[in-house]
Amino acid sequence: MPALPLDEAGKYVAGAYVVLFTLVVVYIAIMAAKISRIERELTDLADLADKREPDEREPEIERDGEPVA
Amino acid sequence: MIRTARAILRKDLAIELRTKESVPAMTLFTVTVFVLFHFGLDRDSLDGELASGVLWVTLLLAAVIGVTRLFATEREQGGIDGLLLAPVDRTALWLAKATAMFVYLTALELVAVPTFGVLLLGPDLFAALPVLVPILLAANIGLSAIGALVSALAAETRARELIVPLLLLPLVVPLLIAAASATEPLLRGDQAAEDLGRWLGLLSLYDVVFVLIAVAVFDFLLDD
Amino acid sequence: MYSKGLKPLSIATVVVVATWLALVFFYAPLDADQGFVQKIFYVHVPLAIVALCGFVAGGIFAIRHLRSGDRSYDVKSYVAIHMSIIFGTAVLITGAIWAKAAWGHWWVWDEPVLVSFLVVFLLYCVYYPLRFSIEDPDRQARYSSVFAIAAGAFVPINFAAVRMAESFTHPRVLSQTGGSMPGEMRLTFLVGILAMTLLFVTLWKFELSSKNASMQLKRLRRRLEATA
Repeated sequence: MPALPLDEAGKYVAGAYVVLFTLVVVYIAIMAAKISRIERELTDLADLADKREPDEREPEIERDGEPVA
Repeated sequence: MIRTARAILRKDLAIELRTKESVPAMTLFTVTVFVLFHFGLDRDSLDGELASGVLWVTLLLAAVIGVTRLFATEREQGGIDGLLLAPVDRTALWLAKATAMFVYLTALELVAVPTFGVLLLGPDLFAALPVLVPILLAANIGLSAIGALVSALAAETRARELIVPLLLLPLVVPLLIAAASATEPLLRGDQAAEDLGRWLGLLSLYDVVFVLIAVAVFDFLLDD
Repeated sequence: MYSKGLKPLSIATVVVVATWLALVFFYAPLDADQGFVQKIFYVHVPLAIVALCGFVAGGIFAIRHLRSGDRSYDVKSYVAIHMSIIFGTAVLITGAIWAKAAWGHWWVWDEPVLVSFLVVFLLYCVYYPLRFSIEDPDRQARYSSVFAIAAGAFVPINFAAVRMAESFTHPRVLSQTGGSMPGEMRLTFLVGILAMTLLFVTLWKFELSSKNASMQLKRLRRRLEATA
């Protein structure tokens, strides 16, 4: 097949390089979703850890219901 | 190790002889597919590359059935745990299963190939047989080695029946290429074997590589 | 710490990719036969080479995993295969675009490398269902490694077989660009391989780092919820 004229060929070549670029950008988007999930998890866990701190000060009194001798 | 393999093999063959689950199903499937091809291609007789292709693709699809069932008895009756508790080399298990598969394939071909000769093949089958038989046997070795490995890989997964064909079929593409190309000139009118050495060479290479790989990695499968 | 060295690596990737693009469009001469369309060669072939090396690397990591029992090798193997599948998708799409532009069809069976690549790609696609249908994490890692090794060994055999098959019936069409390349084209091609390799390794490390972060988070959550 004879070589395509430049304007037609240009579309195909552009298409090929755009495919690569698109894939990389799609990958970035997926990673962005992952990072936001990680950020949410981390915040949740930080909250969880914060909540635990005050409870730990009074376990004996809470659990037994009897004054510690 | 050989003794263990032989024992497992004897058990498997005994079960197969008694229950007749794998080989008759594979054979019936093969003959049915030949009939399907007659209708699908709308042809009374095939020769050359078409004949070779139909024969080999059908054999491969039948092999998938056999491979899916290779570890069936162990799974259903929990026999694997007994085998694994004994201090045996896993490789013995692979050898037994691969040999069993080889026997099933050979038994299948004893019926399927003449059936193909009668139903679909144009040129005479007998003249092609002396060269066809070594090709079939060489292909069976590769199919059995890979089949036993794939069957073990898929044995513990939930989607077994789906995974086996998806894993097995791409892996046997080189084997198909070699076997079909070697068979093609045999099934033509002139029936002179061309480039047989090259294709048998590829088949042998495939067999050797995958037997080695299967033996090397099989130990890591089927652990608790 | 998988993200160690990620920043300099990314910078290197950007530099090399920019250089590569500049070379492709401003330096490499126009091909006599295919004209401007030949430029696709500089993205399609390096992608293919890097993807295949990625599959083989997945197999090598798998070997190290099975020999050492260290599960981090299995993760490296998994991510390498994952990246290669993504790159492989790009290979097949750019290959189809090239085929359409050069010969008028979206797919050609004449080109043994492209056909082999399709078979390898289909095989590796099964890695995901296999891996995720096994629940026990230790077994999942081991079986995935076994698959990665068998598939890795399969790649060269498959290429040899398909090449043998096609060379009998069809003349090799794409090889003219590979055979006698003028120096400028060769340089651009080599830079392309370097660019794609750096891109692969950067994304691979990026993915590993993210996976590790998720795993550490799971660990942390398990500990916090256990003692709460």
